[in-house]
Amino acid sequence: MFRLQTIGRGSLCSGILEQCSSEFTTKTLRHLSSVWKPSRDIEVEGVKSLSTAEASAVMPKDENGRIRDRILTLETMSPLVKAVEYAVRGPIVIKAGEIERELNQGIKKPFTEVIRANIGDAHAMGQKPITFLRQVVALSTFPELLESPSFPEDAKKRARRILQDCGGNSLGSYSASQGLEIIRENIATYLEHRDDGIPADPNNICLTTGASDGIMSILKLLVTGDGLSRTGVMIPIPQYPLYSAAISELGAVQVNYYLDEDNCWALDVSELHRALSSARKYCTPKVLCIINPGNPTGQVQSRKCIEDVIHFAYEEKLFILSDEVYQDNIYSPDCQFHSFKKVLFEMGPEYFNNVELASFHSTSKGYMGECGFRGGFMEVVNMDPDVRTQMIKLLSVRLCPPVSGQVAMDVVVNPPQPGEQSFEQFAKEKKTVLRELARKARLTEEILNSVPGIKCNPVQGAMYAFPRIFIPPKAIQEAKALGMAPDMFYCLQLLEETGICVVPGSGFGQKNGTYHFRMTILPPVEKLKLLLTKVKEFHINFLQQYASSESTSR
Amino acid sequence: MSINGVASQSKVLTIDTLNPSIKKVEYAVRGPIVLRAIEIEKELQEGVKKPFTEVIKANIGDAHAMGQTPITFLRQVIALCIYPELLKDNKFPEDAKKRARRILQACAGGSIGAYSASQGIECIRQDVAHYIERRDGGIPSDPGNIFLSTGASDAIVTILKLLMTGEGNTRTGVMIPIPQYPLYSAALAELNGVQVNYYLDEENCWALDVEELRRSLNAARQHCRPRALCIINPGNPTGQVQSKKCIEDVIRFAAEEKLLLLADEVYQDNIYAQGCKFHSFKKVLFEMGPEYSNTVELVSFHSTSKCYMGECGFRGGYMEVCNMDPEVKQQLIKLVSVRLCPPVPGQAMVDVISTPPVEGEPSYEQFVKEKNAVLASLGEKAHLTEDIFNTVPGIKCNPVQGAMYSFPRIEIPDKAVKEAKAKGLAPDMFYCITLLEETGICIVPGSGFGQREGTYHFRMTILPPVDKLKVLLKKLKEFHIKFTNKYS
Repeated sequence: MFRLQTIGRGSLCSGILEQCSSEFTTKTLRHLSSVWKPSRDIEVEGVKSLSTAEASAVMPKDENGRIRDRILTLETMSPLVKAVEYAVRGPIVIKAGEIERELNQGIKKPFTEVIRANIGDAHAMGQKPITFLRQVVALSTFPELLESPSFPEDAKKRARRILQDCGGNSLGSYSASQGLEIIRENIATYLEHRDDGIPADPNNICLTTGASDGIMSILKLLVTGDGLSRTGVMIPIPQYPLYSAAISELGAVQVNYYLDEDNCWALDVSELHRALSSARKYCTPKVLCIINPGNPTGQVQSRKCIEDVIHFAYEEKLFILSDEVYQDNIYSPDCQFHSFKKVLFEMGPEYFNNVELASFHSTSKGYMGECGFRGGFMEVVNMDPDVRTQMIKLLSVRLCPPVSGQVAMDVVVNPPQPGEQSFEQFAKEKKTVLRELARKARLTEEILNSVPGIKCNPVQGAMYAFPRIFIPPKAIQEAKALGMAPDMFYCLQLLEETGICVVPGSGFGQKNGTYHFRMTILPPVEKLKLLLTKVKEFHINFLQQYASSESTSR
Repeated sequence: MSINGVASQSKVLTIDTLNPSIKKVEYAVRGPIVLRAIEIEKELQEGVKKPFTEVIKANIGDAHAMGQTPITFLRQVIALCIYPELLKDNKFPEDAKKRARRILQACAGGSIGAYSASQGIECIRQDVAHYIERRDGGIPSDPGNIFLSTGASDAIVTILKLLMTGEGNTRTGVMIPIPQYPLYSAALAELNGVQVNYYLDEENCWALDVEELRRSLNAARQHCRPRALCIINPGNPTGQVQSKKCIEDVIRFAAEEKLLLLADEVYQDNIYAQGCKFHSFKKVLFEMGPEYSNTVELVSFHSTSKCYMGECGFRGGYMEVCNMDPEVKQQLIKLVSVRLCPPVPGQAMVDVISTPPVEGEPSYEQFVKEKNAVLASLGEKAHLTEDIFNTVPGIKCNPVQGAMYSFPRIEIPDKAVKEAKAKGLAPDMFYCITLLEETGICIVPGSGFGQREGTYHFRMTILPPVDKLKVLLKKLKEFHIKFTNKYS
């Protein structure tokens, strides 16, 4: 018998119905709404039907008289996979897809379009691709274009060099498992330049299928042991839920350390100590994950803070995973990106000869926003050579990362230089994107902070605001009665009433009793303003709707 | 402070503290022999003298690396998607533009740089479903059951992940053919699944024998819980094409024994032998009637990397799930959502393969010509390889009915077996390493795929251009004769 899990807890995402249409989804939802007690509140109805665990409870075993003792069922499937949760594409996003379809079918809503502020997908929000990047990838894909006068020579030069390194001069051949050598060399040069001359070895660089793939691969290597000796992985809370999902899938132990919301989401080493000591009672912490600039929290770490973290990892013998995919997304004038590698090397040989570090980058963020290409790379520092061999073996099983994504990565690390034909246009496009983002970061913070009951830390970097929201006790009660996290309840209402899709803080983790949501700052300025105004109005309404004598008397 | 500045700390991650499952993973197709081949290539470039001037990599099914040219229409559509400015270019045919526009319309923001839905772009899944329906003579296919993937490997590993459960005697067992494509053994090692071997019948053109399945299953039930049966058709590395009768037997066996079927059909267009025909597991399943088609759980896999396309680098692929429990399907969707989406250019490639130019469209003739030329050449090379191998005393090669490989059996003299063992090498590894060092030919030893104890093989692709393939086969012949003489 299935326990009815609540949407706010276990099944926030455990078994989601896909965001895109499938007959199955609609059918199930319809089926569910007929089985569930009719509710007057249509929003709530929609919410309920998103819980898969509930779906399993109501789905008759012998429907259509079919033999239902399947080989692969919810009871017999991998418990590790079942435990995986991923809120960024969770139930709220599925609901958004449903509403979009209803709008297309002409169903009347208090709004005319769904605004998806749930995921850091710049192009989906109208950001234009960087011309030069697309030119190089197009030339590599269809080399006949190398003869076309409408492509600039610097783009052709890069495409030719890449094609020379491809088997049979084709983007369609497998690359080396670590990635094309020439691209790894270019990455190493780029890193040396970024880190003021600190050397980077192409052999320590692996191209990946987006950063997620790299992070997953490194975690796979590290997970071992049973019970008390099981690998613990320290992750920030709030976190990007890839980490918790990967930890669940690998059966590792998630060790939470909390970022300090009152201090602009800064990382505090004494909190790391607290988290580590308490975790050592039940697992063997071996890994420390850092996201800088922060996702979903948008803070940019100071150099001092990074030094402290490195020192801590050194003392406590922790392998550092440094997720630096937002390294180009810095907006606060008093903030600067410091790579973990650079700081590590500046701390002297006792650190840079010892501390094991893997850092990650991607084509999906920065000024490029090329998510669909699934480009990325990781650099490992101080990895045991035998382990590196094992890692390359592991990577070889998946053959190679998509080569077009590798090419996109190459353009990021090898952009047009002053004097090259495309330099000006490239610099202009890049600057425009980053300036817009900075403007939107400020705008978001300002407007959100003008709303009573919303408090937003400065969006120093990355692509998200993660404001804290006050949810009245009456709303919390109602959410709990529905078996839902209060911020999920809030976000679903926001979606139903305004068409705005944001992700509840519970999907990222937050201190008990606090509530947040994550929204991207990516919509075009005018749309973002509209969105923020709507959020403001919604929040004020929500507070009024759920204001009670109890809460006012407090 | 534990800083001492002298001896380095012991590392967090060492070979002793490494995840033991990763240590067990082996993947011969890119294993030690291939690493050595790359070293030799570098030595050649540095001017080191060798008895040969180039390394020929016949280790991997990578058609473009062996000089096969891309299908123009495929690349046109992808280039148009990547750089939509080209939609204004009158050098691109209208049918390519039409497809590119359709794909871009389905991309958020009209950009191939946006994430797609985790399952893949919806209109592409619809195109794939129609493609499968055409292939299977009208048997319906639901786009909701199609999942685009990062090559077929990604999809196979994903399904295996779902299946893994239990401990000790209840741990999931997965039946795989021997010889197999080592992705399967590697994935099972990584996931701690129990590998259950069933042997293909070399004496009978590597046919699959249901009696052998039964033997293997019964033996495995003593120590694990077999829940899935993997089939590779056409076979990799063995090149056999299964008959309809054989597929029916397998399906009946899976139904009786309650096994989920994984049908790896990435070579479905690569059929060379007369009298052989590709039958999809799905089609055969549906033709066996509702008793089977409503119950047998089947997942089949396809890819852009093989067939006439050979577009490995794009990492395009898809799977179709049949009779999957709806709750499990939701879990599958959740699991694939963590990795966000398969590469969109690869998805676009899948779309073009599913909607190739049709008669009357401007690109039709060129497309058909290019496609047929690739397949005809592969057919010729399949025959050539088999014929030449079978002229060598001590080499016996089954017909290469399909796929892209020959997997000949080689006799290795006792003296060579002893020398190999003294060096701690599998005898066929010793053979292949010697071949590489003496001739520059890189092939993969049979031990990397599995083979009956005491037999030795290697896998070689049939992909090099005909002239190069002839040279390669001649060199191999000479080497084998020399090797046999040396160790007899």
